[in-house]
Amino acid sequence: MKKLSARRRHPLAAVVVLLLALAATGGLYAAFAPASKAQADDTAQSLAITEGKKLYSVGCASCHGTGGQGTTDGPSLVGVGSAAVDFQVGTGRMPAQQQGAQMPRKRAIYSQAEIDQLAAYIASLGAGPVAPTKKDYSPDGANIAKGGELFRTNCAQCHNFTGEGGALTHGKFAPNLGEVSPKHIYEAMQTGPQNMPSFPDTTMTKQNKKDIVAYLKTVNGDKTESPGGLKLGGLGPVSEGLFAWIFGLGALVAVAVWVAARTAKAKKS
Amino acid sequence: MSTTTNATKVSNDAPSRGTAPAGERIADWADGRLGIYSLAKTNMRKIFPDHWSFMLGEVCLYSFIIIILTGVYLTLFFHPSMNEVTYHGPYVPLQGQRMSEAFNSTMHISFDVRGGLLIRQIHHWAALVFLAGMFVHMMRVFFTGAFRKPREVNWLFGFLLFVLGMFTGFTGYSLPDDLLSGTGVRFMEGAILSVPVVGTYLSFFLFGGQFPGGDFVARFYSIHVLLLPGIMLGLVVGHLILVVYHKHTQFAGPGKTNNNVVGMPLLPVYMAKAGGFFFLVFGVIAVVAAIASINPIWAMGPYRPDQVSTGAQPDWYMGFSEGLIRTMPGWEINVAGHTLVLGVFIPLVIFPLVLVAIAVYPFIESWVTGDKREHHILDRPRNAPTRTAFGAAWISWYFVLLVGGGNDLWATHFHLSINAITWFVRVGFFVVPVLVFIATKRICLGLQRRDKDKVLHGRESGTIKRLPHGEFIEVHEPLDQEALHTLTAHEQYTPVEIGPLVDENGVERKATRSQKLRARLSKGYYGENNQIPKPTVEEYKEITSGHGHH
Repeated sequence: MKKLSARRRHPLAAVVVLLLALAATGGLYAAFAPASKAQADDTAQSLAITEGKKLYSVGCASCHGTGGQGTTDGPSLVGVGSAAVDFQVGTGRMPAQQQGAQMPRKRAIYSQAEIDQLAAYIASLGAGPVAPTKKDYSPDGANIAKGGELFRTNCAQCHNFTGEGGALTHGKFAPNLGEVSPKHIYEAMQTGPQNMPSFPDTTMTKQNKKDIVAYLKTVNGDKTESPGGLKLGGLGPVSEGLFAWIFGLGALVAVAVWVAARTAKAKKS
Repeated sequence: MSTTTNATKVSNDAPSRGTAPAGERIADWADGRLGIYSLAKTNMRKIFPDHWSFMLGEVCLYSFIIIILTGVYLTLFFHPSMNEVTYHGPYVPLQGQRMSEAFNSTMHISFDVRGGLLIRQIHHWAALVFLAGMFVHMMRVFFTGAFRKPREVNWLFGFLLFVLGMFTGFTGYSLPDDLLSGTGVRFMEGAILSVPVVGTYLSFFLFGGQFPGGDFVARFYSIHVLLLPGIMLGLVVGHLILVVYHKHTQFAGPGKTNNNVVGMPLLPVYMAKAGGFFFLVFGVIAVVAAIASINPIWAMGPYRPDQVSTGAQPDWYMGFSEGLIRTMPGWEINVAGHTLVLGVFIPLVIFPLVLVAIAVYPFIESWVTGDKREHHILDRPRNAPTRTAFGAAWISWYFVLLVGGGNDLWATHFHLSINAITWFVRVGFFVVPVLVFIATKRICLGLQRRDKDKVLHGRESGTIKRLPHGEFIEVHEPLDQEALHTLTAHEQYTPVEIGPLVDENGVERKATRSQKLRARLSKGYYGENNQIPKPTVEEYKEITSGHGHH
């Protein structure tokens, strides 16, 4: 201690203290920083991230920025999570064809493996909603009626009673949910894509989301039966009125013309 | 001698042998008590003219009968109650949900009652067809001028039937207490609430307290099955009695005058035709109901005031009121703690005006023309250009509002911006009827010119002839006498004049404002360039007698 004390006024003492302080800070950072966790991940995950980053640089970076930070043409992707990537790219909305009121659904460009790699890369930029597993959205153990009630309370005002879709302002729209896969419906609720509000697990539990998906696939799926006959789009009175005018009254006018043309005429003209 | 005996014998036997056929005896029995012979004598040979458009009214009558028949069946199973129950029926996506008994019993009708869903769908489709039929029937009467004296009262009867039909339909649509119709009832409640001063009281009176309360289904039920159909039935009977009393109108043609009706007798021709037509109407509606779903309440779910769906529209006949509300800017005025919601109240005021505009037209026209004679010969729409233009403008007005009512579906199905559609409707509400009026009038005048041309120069035969000096002409075939009559049978009015404002003694007379208005309107109807003078006999002779054709 005496030695130390004697040299405390040495010209280089300040430099040594500074170095020690820096080393301690750096060491502490190295010990506690989140990066260490990523490094601890298995190689498969880091490989996916690397591959995802390559795909990202080619297909997404022009709008979303080279590091996912966003540009004037596209929002930041930090923290959107793998669920958002799986939804947007899986339904073909991303990569976008052009700017517009809303990105429409189209044929997916990437394979599911590529989508997973992209998702892994975006997830590595910041924590966000994680893509669901099959167990989360399968109809097993779902309460369909409860899902219907939740759907009518939270979703029907934009998506219609049975998810046939509806209009929003300025050319935007809530799409028809009939052809959307259960996984993507689930992810849309998690992430709130485009104009849709998000329903994280804290406001709508996983079980509730499962119920809603099961309800939708029951009333607007491939195997849905329409007890009354043709659904007429499931759009309500507008399409019914059109049908009544064209096929109801139209047929009756045709019949009236037919009946009037067949008469007991005194002379044939 | 023997013959005499025989004769006596026959006459004695007559009562025992000569019992009349059973049908005749029943008829005799009925005549003695109901006087059917004299009734039949006057009515069985009643003549009706033949034209398909004269059967539109029959479409309405028959669909009304179908609605009554199917409606009676539905009342056997429907519970007009808002008591809350839990659904335990076969439709899985609603099992365990709480709902009103009205909704539950409609589910029961749809899924458990034998033929229930088909009858429900026939009832509802027939209602849509009934209203559409009345609309078209009314337009037929309008465009042919069949509303003129002596039929003004019957026009009003028909108009009342249309309006009552709208409200009967609306109350019926609200009965199942599903999410769609509940939204419609809420819409109506909002409109009532917007009425200054009394709105709140009216709403409380109608719903027995706060919306939705526990009363409105039961109240709408008695209005839907008793009050309105009762009035309508009475009006239908009156409407038909007047049709028989006035006799049917007919289109102009050879042998058809204002004093006769050319057609076929009620018995047997129209008895068979009309009877058969009833079954055809029933058949068409039943087929539509069997193949197409209507108002699938199971998909909509029970009504809860905290839920709503997009695409919440009323049935088509109320669609124009929806359009008024959807496109009206949301204006409101706050005065001393009270709010006047103009955004809802103005549409509520325009709603009846849209309907009244067409209802009062016959009276305006008779005032403008000053014509107090009876008319039993129908006009061709082109020969009454101003009336036709007014009717077309009204229809376009109605249609613009329907577009507004379905603006969301126009947006999604034609990839348009809903805001753009709303603005189109706001502007179109004022502009489209004017444009349609002008265009229709021009088209009518063009058709009148064409008729005149046809009368004077004949029909274009399509045969091109080259004359010796090289000119090409098209050969025109002269029309036959019948066609000439039909094309020139219409009357043409001259504009009403105010008359000299100074009499022979130099005393000035002041024309009243209404006289001036009438003279101006009349000029707009029948003045120069507002109708094409029909060819005169002299013109026809001059052209046809001369150098062959023109």
